[in-house]
Amino acid sequence: MALNTVWFLIVGFLFIGYFVLDGFDFGVGMALPFLGKDDTDRRVLINTIGPVWDLNETWVIVAGASLFASFPEWYASLFSGFYLALLLILVALIARGVAFEYRGKGDTAKWRKTFDWMIVVGSALPALLWGVAFANIVEGVPLNAKHIYTGNLFTLLNPYGLLGGLTTLSVFFLHGLIFITLKTEGEIKERARNLAKKVGYAATVIAASFLLWTLFAHLSVLGAVLTVIAALALVAAQLANHAKRDGAAFALMVLTIITAVGALFAALYPNVLPSTTDAAYSLNIDNASSSQYTLTVMTWVAGIMLPFVLAYQTWTYWVFRKRVSRKNIPAGSH
Amino acid sequence: MLHAGQQIWGLDPLTLSRWQFGLTTVYHFLFVPLTIGMVLLVAIMQTVWTRTNDEKWLKLTKLFGKLFLINFAMGLVTGIVQEFQFGMNWSDYSRFVGDVFGAPLAMEGLLAFFFEATFIGLWIFGWGRLSKKVHLLTIWVTCLGVWLSAYFILAANAFMQHPVGFTINTAKNRAELTDIGAVLTNIVAINQFPHTITASIMFAGGVIIAVAAYHLKRKQYMDSMYTGLRFGLWASLLGGIGTVLSGDGLGLAMVQTQPMKMAAAEALYKTSTGYDASFSLFSWGTPDGTSEIFSVRVPYLLSFLSTHTLNGTVEGLNDLQAQYVHLYGPGNYMPIIWLTYWSFRWMIGLGMLAMLVAVVGLILTRKGRVQLPNWTWNASIWAAPLGVIAISIGWMFTEMGRQPWIVFSLMKTTDGVSPGITGLDVLISIVVFTLIYGILAVVEFKILRKAIDAGPDVLLEDARDDADQLTVAY
Repeated sequence: MALNTVWFLIVGFLFIGYFVLDGFDFGVGMALPFLGKDDTDRRVLINTIGPVWDLNETWVIVAGASLFASFPEWYASLFSGFYLALLLILVALIARGVAFEYRGKGDTAKWRKTFDWMIVVGSALPALLWGVAFANIVEGVPLNAKHIYTGNLFTLLNPYGLLGGLTTLSVFFLHGLIFITLKTEGEIKERARNLAKKVGYAATVIAASFLLWTLFAHLSVLGAVLTVIAALALVAAQLANHAKRDGAAFALMVLTIITAVGALFAALYPNVLPSTTDAAYSLNIDNASSSQYTLTVMTWVAGIMLPFVLAYQTWTYWVFRKRVSRKNIPAGSH
Repeated sequence: MLHAGQQIWGLDPLTLSRWQFGLTTVYHFLFVPLTIGMVLLVAIMQTVWTRTNDEKWLKLTKLFGKLFLINFAMGLVTGIVQEFQFGMNWSDYSRFVGDVFGAPLAMEGLLAFFFEATFIGLWIFGWGRLSKKVHLLTIWVTCLGVWLSAYFILAANAFMQHPVGFTINTAKNRAELTDIGAVLTNIVAINQFPHTITASIMFAGGVIIAVAAYHLKRKQYMDSMYTGLRFGLWASLLGGIGTVLSGDGLGLAMVQTQPMKMAAAEALYKTSTGYDASFSLFSWGTPDGTSEIFSVRVPYLLSFLSTHTLNGTVEGLNDLQAQYVHLYGPGNYMPIIWLTYWSFRWMIGLGMLAMLVAVVGLILTRKGRVQLPNWTWNASIWAAPLGVIAISIGWMFTEMGRQPWIVFSLMKTTDGVSPGITGLDVLISIVVFTLIYGILAVVEFKILRKAIDAGPDVLLEDARDDADQLTVAY
């Protein structure tokens, strides 16, 4: 396999990892106003992702840096082209991260309420915008002969892009709710389960339309297989949720996200950023990639490090495997 | 509708992008040095506690560990902005150097950053859940990750100062990596790394001094805070000595790789040898920046700093300018002289002042003395930012001294900016970042203040909770 294809897969892997992991963080953040009846509830929710959210967020930093190293032209065109959309994502991620760290460090109800809303918005906005961004990457954007983006923020907000955004928004919300059923005990767990049932219907309809639209625009066997698995896994996750099989439901949501994002990357390949201005201006894995030497060096680094990364991150999840409930929240302290 | 590449209301994307990069980088690097220095000092504190079982070292570990974490969160969230900005604002730069520059950045992510983020999580939540020795190991691995991270970023920056290990592919109009070993052992990176680390330790020591002084002034937590004070004073002094020694090496590397920057650091207009290669304490040039009107000088010192001999020759700005015109075509190759000149002096001066605080502090508080007048405590509290201001000014010198180049000798800053973004885009982002960063600074200060006020004993109670409670940190 050519190294630029390998790196297309690695970049895909890193973004899939990011969406699987930070996806449930976004969902938990969005669930705060729905499931958090009081401050203790909200702390239970936040503590389900407490030890891991920043670790999950590191995936996007690594994905971005890997994209830069392996496909500099893609990175340059994408990041300068999606300038304001990425600015919004950055602001949201900053707001969310800071709110997680700081909400418990003040005493007043107003302080906490402010940070709670930062968590909600800081979770929902990236959940929406990542979908908009990836839908546009697959669909293509106006690029000129020098691969420079010639649209603006509103170019991205086309029907397909918005549907992509709603897909990630609803699927990540569901993913987060099912994660909560897995990680909590008591009444809050059942509230999460019931909300997941309702959100599940919407997510299924939206995600199915988006994936089918993608499939018919970029027909391929691999794309069809991944789309079918994603759809089946999404439905099965909800059946498992109904049946109170929390572990299975979560695993199926992970499978849904892996295959759905996989289907998007399959639809994109061998392009990395198609041009809607003229197909000849499209960026693909050949004209956007780094030199053979750079890719070789980076393949060694990734090949050695990624297994370690996966191993020690798995260990982290193992260390923090305990469920969280109201009785874990010490009264009186922050 | 606005279209890419337009200048709107006379807003220039280049100027605004430079300001944005400067502002966000300086801001990001207020937190990074404290992380780099504090992680080592906390690891040492915890090691002493693990070895001696002396509770005051546990108190220090917990208190300064908490400050370290509050600060780390800020470094993390502002760090994402740094990575995204290369593509967002400097896409032509990214296209040109991505093949080389992207490699150390991605290595930072894959090798170091994943590491530090994971092990920091284990360290935070591992109190009482991991065995004492494994838990101690997690902070040392975090330290390793943080320092590795710093090394890769400095190697990437070193490529901009002194490009090595590459070839120019004219067909693709870009620099391509030919030797990753050369990039990672760039003479600038090798000298910049110890300078950055030791200066960070000096600054972290300064913060420990200030926190300890704050409590000692109020006559509270005397036992642990006295120990903390002495520890901070020694860390600050040793870090400072290391900064001086490594700065000397960095200066030599700079003369070798970027003589224009060294000449600008001294406002040395004419090439000088021996006695004439003097270090000026003050200098005033004509407005056109080509000659000098008045100065106060120490003879031979510049020769010694640049070459380690008394009769060395240091090239002057005017000669270098002529050489560069010959090499790279017409243009102005001098950085802003007053800025490089004064930033170089303020960097050294403030760093020295921080060391002076440490020396005086060590003398005043020897043999357990803590009955000092209030002004000495206040002075050591207010001295805390000296280190970080020196570091910031040092980076301004390093980056402004490289101008007009974005990558020395290969690409000018004016050629690196994204052609697709509008001045309005950058105006929006610069306003948004400034607002958010401003609010964050206030909140961060409040939280640090609160954690410091709470003192070391409160934090200790957390460690005695049963393991169940320890999953809950938010």
